[in-house]
Amino acid sequence: MSKIIELKNVNKWFDKFQALKDVNLEVNQQEKIVICGPSGSGKSTLIRCINRLEEHQDGQIIVDGKEISENTKDIEKIRAEVGMVFQQFNLFPHLSILDNCTLAPIWVKKLPKKQAEEIAMENLKRVQIADQATKFPGQLSGGQQQRCALARALCMKPKIMLFDEPTSALDPEMIKEVLDAMVDLARAGMTMIVVTHEMGFAKEVADNMIFMDEGRIVEKAKTKDFFNNPKSDRTKLFLSQIL
Amino acid sequence: MKINLIKPNKENLNTFVTIGSIIILVGFFDFLANTFLGVNFTGFLPAGLSYFTPIILGVVGLHLIRIEFSGNRLLDKINTNFNSSNFNAFLSLLVIFVLIKYIPALLNWFIFDADFAGNTKQDCTSGGACWVFVKVWLNRFVYGMYPDTEQWRINTAFLMLFALVGASFFASVKVKKYLLIFLLFVYPIIGLKLISGGDFGLEYIETGAWGGLSLTFIVSAFALILCFPIGMFLALGRRSNLPAIRYSSIGFIELWRGVPLITVLFMSAVMFPMFLPDGTYVDKLIRVLVAITLFEAAYMAEVIRGGLQALPKGQYEAAKSLGMGYWRMHFLIVLPQALKLVIPGIANTFLALVKDTPLIFVVGLLELAGMVNLAKTNPEWLGMAMEGYVFAGLVFWVVCYAMSRYSQNLEKKLSTER
Repeated sequence: MSKIIELKNVNKWFDKFQALKDVNLEVNQQEKIVICGPSGSGKSTLIRCINRLEEHQDGQIIVDGKEISENTKDIEKIRAEVGMVFQQFNLFPHLSILDNCTLAPIWVKKLPKKQAEEIAMENLKRVQIADQATKFPGQLSGGQQQRCALARALCMKPKIMLFDEPTSALDPEMIKEVLDAMVDLARAGMTMIVVTHEMGFAKEVADNMIFMDEGRIVEKAKTKDFFNNPKSDRTKLFLSQIL
Repeated sequence: MKINLIKPNKENLNTFVTIGSIIILVGFFDFLANTFLGVNFTGFLPAGLSYFTPIILGVVGLHLIRIEFSGNRLLDKINTNFNSSNFNAFLSLLVIFVLIKYIPALLNWFIFDADFAGNTKQDCTSGGACWVFVKVWLNRFVYGMYPDTEQWRINTAFLMLFALVGASFFASVKVKKYLLIFLLFVYPIIGLKLISGGDFGLEYIETGAWGGLSLTFIVSAFALILCFPIGMFLALGRRSNLPAIRYSSIGFIELWRGVPLITVLFMSAVMFPMFLPDGTYVDKLIRVLVAITLFEAAYMAEVIRGGLQALPKGQYEAAKSLGMGYWRMHFLIVLPQALKLVIPGIANTFLALVKDTPLIFVVGLLELAGMVNLAKTNPEWLGMAMEGYVFAGLVFWVVCYAMSRYSQNLEKKLSTER
């Protein structure tokens, strides 16, 4: 399996606060990684650096063979290949569900409208909200909105999917429907990096687990080892608190 | 048994309502006799007290019939809607008092005592408004000094405009796009050419002769259409990451916002020609249009920036994460939402613009208010200022109210939060 994301000694500061400290990470194609850790530990910052929603100041980030830095031309092209699902959904409220899904394929990938709509309906079916296509985001439940956000990202046919706490803003009974859609996606062979506290999901899907604290990757291990046999005390403490 | 003399309760409600109603009615009749028959029953009281006797009686009466819940629907309605406390009762009565006192007088001046027939000031004899003045001057109020025989050109231009706007309102989405492009980029040239003439066998009519309501519309429409995109780019510029663009936008906006419009117009008329090389001449209407447009664009920029500011950061991030660059992100995601948010502010600026157009009198262009100003100084029509300004005010109000209603409709139509 080949590497698709590579981070080498990445450092990031927000003014004086160092959010990422010497982060090294390699992600292979079709690998699923779940990142967990206490809040403020840099998990979100880490994955937001991968599509440059945040800028790192030091180190190298290489996505699909291209280094991301301030000199990167066509950062849009890289972003088009890296899908992202946000905690707050961030659907476009002025567009219908279908238009949410077709907008970027039409304007960024220059697909004909009809083809874009076909792809959109396919993905909406996949996350089981095809019947909501003509509604607006404000008319949907949180779980439906998040699944729509997932479909919207998938319509760009990304090579990598990033999830930034996708279920944290949802009512408990809606978490499962979103996680089911994500499990489904994982089974289809997508490369995924997921920031989440849903340990059930992690056990089911993840190849590798990462535990972060204070901007560092404290532990990276195979999922089984991570849960059964964590090495660092900090990880043990964290797991004991959330499991 | 203790009897509550001041407050009604369930048992003695009927007595209280009867007494209260009688007192209110007495006050009411006193008021009517006073206003319409000229009879003053309370003349023995000091003048100020006598004038307000009806209100005092009314407040006392309303106090007597005030009860939390009586079961009588009419009484409950009165008590909840305008008799919930002594102060509210007083305010309600005061409003009714003022309305009845002054509305009839106003209506008399406006309609019943007004003169409509005739052609000269001498025909106005009845003491009310002299609408003859407006009737005689109406042509000038609408077309200014534009020659009578050529007025069909203005009519055609505006009819075309209305037809186009109407068509684009009802047309299908595909046709709408072309109609709008035509309306924004082709029509203004055709319209201006038609009105100014000079080609195609049309007599040339200099802009000094344009005027009246048609000029109000021409100036407002051009300024409205042009200030919007300029304001939009200024707003984006002010939020740009590139210092050169950011600071020039800030400079432009603050410069134009800090200068009164009338000064800007003076400068465009008096100072601007001095900077031009000899022999070049820019028509004063065009100079005025540019001045007003840039002035309003600065305001528009700040209104739109307010909308940009209000948009959650997540919208930008979602657009970026889908691979959109700066322009696509702004034109597809950010601006449609931001503009929708600030429709009330945009409508505000537009209304202010329409009402600022009379200021172009400083460069010698006379739109509606200017024409009224001119007409009232005509020796044969001296003393007609009131009628003229009331007419101009009404016309402006109708135009502005229509715009305000349109903006409210637009808000509703574009709302997706059902």
